[in-house]
Amino acid sequence: MSKETNSGIPTDSEVILGILNNSENVLKRLYLAYFPMILQLVINNNGNTDDAKDIYQEAIIVLYNKVKTGDFELSSKLKTYIYSICRRLWLKRLTQMNRYGGDIKDFQEFLIVDDETEKNNERDIQFNKMGSALQQLGEPCKTIIEDFYINNKSMQEICEEFGYTNADNAKTQKYKCLQRLKKLFFQQK
Amino acid sequence: MSENNELTESIERYLNGEMTKAERAQFEELRANDASINKKVAEHKHFINLVKQYGERLELERRLDAIHDEIDVHALEDELMIHPSWVVRMWRNHHSKISVAASIAIFAALCTLFFTGYLSNRETNYVQLKRDVSDLNHKLDKANHTLTELNHSGKITVNPGNFRGTGFAISSNGYIVTDNHVIVHADSVYVQAADGKSYRTKVVYTEPVNDIAVLEITDPSFKPLAPLPYTFKKTETDLGEGVFTIGYPKDNIVLGSGFLTSSTGDRGDTTQYQISALLDYGHSGGPLLDSKGNIIGIVNGKQTRVAGAAFAVKTSYLLKAIKDIPADSLNKPLNANGKNILAGLARPQQIKKLENYVFMVKVYNQ
Repeated sequence: MSKETNSGIPTDSEVILGILNNSENVLKRLYLAYFPMILQLVINNNGNTDDAKDIYQEAIIVLYNKVKTGDFELSSKLKTYIYSICRRLWLKRLTQMNRYGGDIKDFQEFLIVDDETEKNNERDIQFNKMGSALQQLGEPCKTIIEDFYINNKSMQEICEEFGYTNADNAKTQKYKCLQRLKKLFFQQK
Repeated sequence: MSENNELTESIERYLNGEMTKAERAQFEELRANDASINKKVAEHKHFINLVKQYGERLELERRLDAIHDEIDVHALEDELMIHPSWVVRMWRNHHSKISVAASIAIFAALCTLFFTGYLSNRETNYVQLKRDVSDLNHKLDKANHTLTELNHSGKITVNPGNFRGTGFAISSNGYIVTDNHVIVHADSVYVQAADGKSYRTKVVYTEPVNDIAVLEITDPSFKPLAPLPYTFKKTETDLGEGVFTIGYPKDNIVLGSGFLTSSTGDRGDTTQYQISALLDYGHSGGPLLDSKGNIIGIVNGKQTRVAGAAFAVKTSYLLKAIKDIPADSLNKPLNANGKNILAGLARPQQIKKLENYVFMVKVYNQ
């Protein structure tokens, strides 16, 4: 990547490539490029800066997941796509809060989008369940699970960290924890 | 429990590709033969994926938050906020409070108006044009009294009466119309013609709602008039029509003239016209004529706040009242048809012809 493209608004294809390559720089530039647009949308339609942050991050995550799973097809400018998703999300939230007055002040052109935000919502519900299951799991189980499955630490490292005398004990502990986590996760509605 | 753990470990090793070729083949065979184990593999895979994705999501959110923290949100906010005028913002943020405040203010204003009597105080703006003559000085009263005694026949009564108004003939045989408010509470009502002769009358019909009263001259000395020189206009008269009336605010006839200025009367009263004419107390009951000499109304009242705004009851209500008179209260036929001979005449000639048909109405009560 040349130096000139390391700052400023990334091109649409740069963004796609950057997400696929886990580029921190592209993610940052993408985030900085379109946040003002969404902030403008939200704060001028009955929202505050925190609402704008939530909505925008949700939209970025939708985009991120779509690109990662490979089913992202850019049929319009990325800017329009992000704006449309945020607009849709914000309308939904306004309606939920009963603050939707029937019209929204627009600052960009937009497309009609709906299915992806729904899909994302489904996933959010699963993640929320997982989050609260992990909270209920408590220590040391939570850290063991996170270290092994999320942070990809080896059993040996975990063993040392928690002071287990041998790896088998740690393994047994891990499986007990996983068992409990499954139970907690599926217990939730 | 330990068996269970072993199975889970096998599944994990299988999924992570940590098994040897032989182990792998054995496990795959087990999986193919035992559906419950196959299901467990799928479930475990799905669940661990979810845990991993959850971890990735947390990580992504942490990265986004870190980026977000670098943004000066407040500066951006100030820049991007559309600042509506303070009135609009006020309204958006406080419209419920403002509505309540406005309601209270309106309520308070209405209460104030109510308790100060403004709302019921029609008389301050609207006065009926009958003349109260009771303030005439005592001396004159006395003189009149002697006069009455002197003219015992009663043909010429100079007593001005307690109240005074105007009336006009609606038939040549002695039916006269005036305002109900002129003759209300009367003990006796006399009319005085332009030539000074007074006649005793009887009230044959009143219609307080439209302020109309019909009198009949019962005095035997009354001689029928010539046929009426005017007709009654049944249709509504247009704004701007030149109108005039003659009446008796004082002892001789007084002309009032102006224009028809509104098709409704006081506070939108549709039974009345509004006219611009300087009328005095005593004009009440006088005929309102248009320039062609058609009777279009009966003078009724005026507004005290607006100089020259007076009101007249529309002729259609007079004609209705005439129709509504019960037949048995009439001693003579009431024929309200006249022939308009005023149309082509100049105003002074019109008035000369009219004079004989317009009477001073004098009301006596205790």
